[in-house]
Amino acid sequence: MSDITMNPAGAANPSARFYTREHHPENGTLLGFWLYLMSDCLIFACLFATYAVLGRNYAGGPTGAELFDLPLVAVNTSLLLLSSITYGFAMLEMQRKRQGATLAWLAVTGILGACFIGFELYEFAHLIHEGYGPQRSGFLTSFFALVSTHGLHVSFGIVWLVTLMFQVKRHGLTAENGRRLMCLSMFWHFLDVVWIGVFTFVYLMGVLP
Amino acid sequence: MSGGHQQHPARVVAHGHDDHHGHTHADHGSLKSYTTGFVLAVILTAIPFWLVMGKVFDKSSTTGLVLLGFAAVQIVVHMVYFLHMNTKSEGGWSMLALIFTIMLVFIMLSGSLWVMYHLNHNMMPGMMPDTTEVVPESMQAMPEMPGMPKTHDMQHMQHMQ
Repeated sequence: MSDITMNPAGAANPSARFYTREHHPENGTLLGFWLYLMSDCLIFACLFATYAVLGRNYAGGPTGAELFDLPLVAVNTSLLLLSSITYGFAMLEMQRKRQGATLAWLAVTGILGACFIGFELYEFAHLIHEGYGPQRSGFLTSFFALVSTHGLHVSFGIVWLVTLMFQVKRHGLTAENGRRLMCLSMFWHFLDVVWIGVFTFVYLMGVLP
Repeated sequence: MSGGHQQHPARVVAHGHDDHHGHTHADHGSLKSYTTGFVLAVILTAIPFWLVMGKVFDKSSTTGLVLLGFAAVQIVVHMVYFLHMNTKSEGGWSMLALIFTIMLVFIMLSGSLWVMYHLNHNMMPGMMPDTTEVVPESMQAMPEMPGMPKTHDMQHMQHMQ
């Protein structure tokens, strides 16, 4: 009896309660991912604090002004910034349900991220080749720890991005893939935010006399 | 039985709901907001690089403060235009988490710097490059620590040898 009375009522007039119940899990993932990003932010804050404490302990070795190649950093910064906006374009195409364009923008984002990693590895290899590896001084230890943690995040972001490209290609722009792309979007933009701190605090302030 | 029937129509309705997708559109930015954010970010990135590479200010402390200001503004721009932060997303919970994180980061950064600055000044006078010349004086001026052999004891030991 209750079955008959409840059913049409639920179908004809979906209450806000039902709506919330169905809407919640999607938001739950995004909120949970946001909390993960905040905890990641604390890791970076620890590394920034370490660099702030050790950043001028050169141990008789080279200073930031002698080592940092600002044009290279500028190129890297623009690559990461461009990859942020191309990811944004991918999200816009995803909302328009255009799979091909989404995949194309994702590919551009991945290539820009890979170029960023390439330049960073080139910089690290150059420093280590000159004998200025992380063991040289407290400054270089904290520099390598901070910048390579960011680089590792970007690398894993690229792995995630390629995985999602295959997922989208195989299953299309489903709700699940949309949610995953949203999470990666937050991750990618968050890494760009961390990079603002890196290029300002490490590179630009590091070359100041 | 009645429970299963209660769930089903609601689920169908929620999935077929058009407002649901309209809602996500509004949340996740538009071409205009992304472009605005990008242009602002480019400007806020280019000025700090120009300030440092062009050596605009004479004092490096001025440059440093200006750089930190630009970084703070750019982080806010990225948060608003790329990460779509506002007080309403996720019912305000993401904003609350962000405020909590900023508070923790502030405590951690300022606390570390404060403690380590004093540690450097009070404990290791000989290790700081700018205090190299005053090493003998400051070493003598340092109060003797408990557990360390007293100065006259050490002299005594040297005499014995």
